[in-house]
This record gives sequence, C-alpha cells and structure tokens, in this order.
Amino acid sequence: MLETTFHCPTGVFILRDLMLVSSEEQKRASLTPEHEVLREIEGIAGEVEVAILYGPRPDYGRIHPGLKDRGRHGIRCEANGALLILRSELPWELAGDGRSAHGLVRIRAGERKCLSFSYSNEAPAIIPLLGEAARERLERTVRWWREWANRCAYRGPYRDAVVRSALALKLMTYAPSGALVAAPTTSLPEAMGGVRNWDYRYCWLRDASFTLRALSTLCYDEEAEAFHGWMLHATRLTWPELQVLYDVFGEARLSERELGHLEGYAGSRPVRIGNDAHGQLQLDVYGEVLDAAARFAGRGGRFDRDATRMLNGLGHTVCRRWREPDEGIWEGRSGRFHHTHSKALCWVALDRLINMHEARHLKVPVDVFRAHRGEIRREIEARGYNERIGSYTRTFDGDEVDASLLTLPLYGYVEGTNPRMRSTYARIHERLSRDGLLYRYETGTDDGLPPSEGAFGICSFWAVECQARGGDVEGAKQAFERLLSYANDVGLFAGEIDPETGAALGNFPQAFTHIGLINAAPTFAERRQEGAARRACL
Amino acid sequence: MNKRGVSLWGFVGTVVMTTLMAGSQGLGLTRMSLPFMLGTMFTPDRDRAKLIGFGVHFVNGWVFASVYAAAFESWRRATWWLGAAIGLVHALFVLTVAMPALPVMHPRMVSEQEGPAPTKQLEPPGFLALNYGRRTPISVILAHLLYGGVLGTFYRLK
Repeated sequence: MLETTFHCPTGVFILRDLMLVSSEEQKRASLTPEHEVLREIEGIAGEVEVAILYGPRPDYGRIHPGLKDRGRHGIRCEANGALLILRSELPWELAGDGRSAHGLVRIRAGERKCLSFSYSNEAPAIIPLLGEAARERLERTVRWWREWANRCAYRGPYRDAVVRSALALKLMTYAPSGALVAAPTTSLPEAMGGVRNWDYRYCWLRDASFTLRALSTLCYDEEAEAFHGWMLHATRLTWPELQVLYDVFGEARLSERELGHLEGYAGSRPVRIGNDAHGQLQLDVYGEVLDAAARFAGRGGRFDRDATRMLNGLGHTVCRRWREPDEGIWEGRSGRFHHTHSKALCWVALDRLINMHEARHLKVPVDVFRAHRGEIRREIEARGYNERIGSYTRTFDGDEVDASLLTLPLYGYVEGTNPRMRSTYARIHERLSRDGLLYRYETGTDDGLPPSEGAFGICSFWAVECQARGGDVEGAKQAFERLLSYANDVGLFAGEIDPETGAALGNFPQAFTHIGLINAAPTFAERRQEGAARRACL
Repeated sequence: MNKRGVSLWGFVGTVVMTTLMAGSQGLGLTRMSLPFMLGTMFTPDRDRAKLIGFGVHFVNGWVFASVYAAAFESWRRATWWLGAAIGLVHALFVLTVAMPALPVMHPRMVSEQEGPAPTKQLEPPGFLALNYGRRTPISVILAHLLYGGVLGTFYRLK
C-alpha cells in the first residue's frame, strides 16, 4: 500500500493506494472482483478541497471509451471486451463528451472516503463494496503483506532494505505462473530525452539464478519453487535452445513495436512495446538456468524424467554452441562477439550439470561435459584475461573491461581472493566507477545505440559483493550504505542511477537491482562474521 | 420419445453451445459465462462455482433437449431448421425474460434497482444481457441456433 500525505494551506490529508489481496481461503468464502485498485482519502487536519478526475485510456491511450453512470452500480465503460467499473463514495459528474468524469469534494479531519476501480474480462463482473467493507479489504491486504514480510528469514544487517526489496519482487511476480517480470513498466528512459527506452514487462532468463538465490536466501521457498517451475515450463517451448526472455505465460514471440502516438516520458522517444532482444543469442542464459536448477536441487528439489532430459539437452546445446560469438548479457545491438562473461557462464552451465550428476540428482554424459568444461576454462584463461591491463576482458583478446565480469566469483568460476580476480576488480573499479556507482561498460564501447546511460544498479551491488568476497569488508560496508542512499523515499530502485543527480533512470522499480541488493546483504554479513570469528581465534 | 437420442444429442448440443460461448468470451465478444452464473448460485468460490455450474449447465442441456424432442415428436419431424427455429425462440426467451429475471432467483446477484450488498455482488445481466457486452445477444442467439440445429439434425424420431 502506498500512503501519500498532502500538506495543503487549509489542512492535511492522506491518500492510500493499493491493489487488494485475498488469501485463498477468503477467495473461497466470498466473491471478489477479478482485479481491483482501491484508493482511500483520509482527512487528518483542517479541511481540504480535493478534485478528482477519472479518464480511463486503455490500449496505451488509443481507446477513449464512453462512460456510463449507472448510479449505485458505478461508472462503467467497456474496452476490448473488458469492463471497467469505478465506484466511489464521492459525488461525480460526467464530462460533456462522456469520456471522463470529475468530482470535487471537501475532506474534513477524520473523514474517510474511498474509490474502487475494478476490471473484469473473464466473466460477469463482481461489483466491489464501499464503506466499511472496503476498509476491511484494505486492512486485510495490509495484514496479508505484513504476514508475508514476516516470513522473511533474513535477520542480518540492513533487514529493512532487504525486506523492501523482497516485497518489490513479490509485487513483480505473476501469481498464476510464478514468473517474475524485470520491471512493471515500459520505456521509462535510461537517459532523459534519449532512445534507450525498453519494454521490461517480461521475464529474463539471465535473472534466473540470482532470483532463485535471492528467494532461497530469504526462505521464500514457495515463490522459488513457482519461479523454477515457470522457468522449466517456459523454456520447453524453445528447447533445447534457450531464448533470452519470455512473457509471464511462457510466450516466446515478443516482437518489438513503437507507439508513435505517445511522446514518451520527458520527450523520450520512441515508446516501445515488445522486445527484440528475444531474438538475440545470449549464451550466458544457459549458465543462469542451470545454476538455478542446481540451486533448486541443492535445496531438496527433484527433477522428473522430462526435466532431466531438458537439462541434459541444454548441456548438449552448450557443448555445441559455446564457441560461437553472441550478443552478450547487455543485449548490445552492434553484433556478436566472443564475450568472456558468456563463455564463463557456459563453463558454469556444464559445471552445474557435472555437480548435479555427482550428487546423483540427474544423469549426464559427464566425461563429455567435463572435457568441454576444461576446454572453456583454458580458452577463457588464455584469451579472456589481458596480462597488460591485468584484468579479465569484455571480449576475447580485447582490452576493455565489463562489470558483468564481477559475477565470476559469485558463480564460483574463480575465488574473489584470486589475484586475477582481485586485479580485475581493481581495473573495473578504476575504469567504470563513478562516485561509488558502476557503469556496465566503458564509455567508448559500441553497443549499437547513441551513447549516454546511467550507472547500472545491479553492477554496483555486484561490486559490493565482490569487494566483500575479496576481503575488504569495511570498504564494502561503506559502498553498500552509499548505494542504499540512492533508493527513493520508499526504498525502491530503478535499473540505473544518474551519478550526477542520483536520479533513478530506466524502468521502475527494477527486479534486477533489488535482487542484487538482496544477494549482496547476506554475503557481506557472512564475511563480517567470518572476519570476526577469525579475529576471535587469534 | 427417443431417450438415447435426447441423452446423446442433448449432450453434444450443449458441448457445441458451451464451446461457442467460451470462444466468444475468449475473443472478448461477451463476458457471459453460464457455468459461472449458475455455479455462483451454490458457492462464492470461483473455481468450485465453475465446476458446479458446468454440471448444472449440462443437466439443463438434457432437460431442454427433452423439450426440443417433445416438439419434434409432436410435429413428427426433426430437421436442422426446425431445431434452429426452436433454438431462436429459446434464445429470445432467455435474453428477454430469463436474464432480466435472474437477479430475483440468484442469491448472489445484484438487483438492477439496488446497489451491491455484502451477499449480492454479481453483476446482473440486464435486458438482452447487454451488461455482459454489446455482442452478448449475438453470441447467445448463435449458440442456441447451433444447439437446436444439432438436435434437429441428429435426433431420430421414435
């Protein structure tokens, strides 16, 4: 629930916004609308005049439906077969053209008025109740979220930020399938007025392993299992190849289109729906998915025959394709390269299959996979590490660094204390860091788009984790706290941060950043405890 | 009356009719869902309501098939167009009489004249069931024409 307090010259009032939640038991006991948003206005002090405007514009603003005032049944309109109902305890008037409605009301201290907006497209609508019944629904929703948040098993430092991030992830989960979208918005710009405006309302496989790690760390096992189930279900459509992203139902065709009639946030055009990244080759997703599967197995999950066949097939695809260039984790639009990070994740993919085989979770042709795993490592160490700059590099035989390389110790490809990794961290920090924030890659890197973007949220959290794993726990603590200061007033992060102003850039809120936060906090706490234990032994 | 014919073709007719209505719902032509409306007479649980509603809907399908069969027997002929004609009358009755009267019979349906109450929140269908979408009457008429057409075509007189 979002609570906003308005301080006006004549008084103070609170506006509460929430999407209602009911437990399965409550759903069985009473009819509830398919989807409902509730707003409540509560007068706190004095008297304030509040103007309200209702103008539904479905289908990205392309439909201006005619409204019908049906009295106690609410203000109704239909769009694409769905029914939208607004009911409220406030007086309303339809505008002359019947396309919008407005109300003007004086709210006095102690008064509470609510508005309910509901959407139905499956069956006859359930008309929501107002008054005391609405307040009961509000309280029930708050109670449900409190109980959910209390299930968070993490008790370490920065718990509030971790719980807030977990709540953000839960809100981005599509309950019927367990899929987690990257963000609930499209085309919020990565640079104001720029063209880097993407549709993030899809599920990226690159988030899979980190998501599962985050959910498991916090002991949200039900959500972790649902997400794992969605992952296996969605990827069946393209098996034995993996696509970069799918929608919440597992749909793989997500063609990108531009909405020319919208001017975009702060004039940032084009506004896009769909995402052409779905057609890219990103070899790292194999590592992500198989690492997620290994985590699932490690927590007692079992694979049926289909899942075993599927995971095996992914291993064979890795063996067949790891030598190919790809677009890489950042979905560059300038062509395919031999990305070191992608190769390392191919190593991770085979490594996890071999480990699961050894732990008897499934059977794989282990000798074949071992041979390829060894070959990938030799190739990375020979061509993915540049002795001259003392760092793993963005691409083979290159001399540019990339923040994605900070994940190598997080996947166990290399220890954080390894000299190669320590020097890589130092070089990345030197070239990509600004005021404690990290860019994804160097300014001159051609990604096929005009330059200019903000620092990347999750990269900054990876850096903290890497720093802690490298042994600099105090430095990590300061960096982590500095990062937390970039959250907005309710603790949410976008995908990127403007290092100049601290403003959030890109789609908002973004799951990847919050996943980075959740994963960094416990690692960092563990390292502090290990350090304390070592000091105690001495 | 040919009871086996009534059972079989009543069932097939109901399947065809239900498929057409569900297809219309999926295509956004109507929100009318007879199984849901019938099922919520017995329970507020959406999933259970659909299940119970399907059962009641199929029983209704057989009951109405008997009425159609009785008409065929009295006329001593059964053809697709006779079945469709009864289906048309059936659909018009449903849309103009049964639907507007439904709030009186349905324990969870809001009446047209009053607002929703804690026990009554289901949207009423209104005249011609237009509250469930402007194309609802077309879907309902088509579904009944098909239902009657199936019975008229395949029912064998005794």
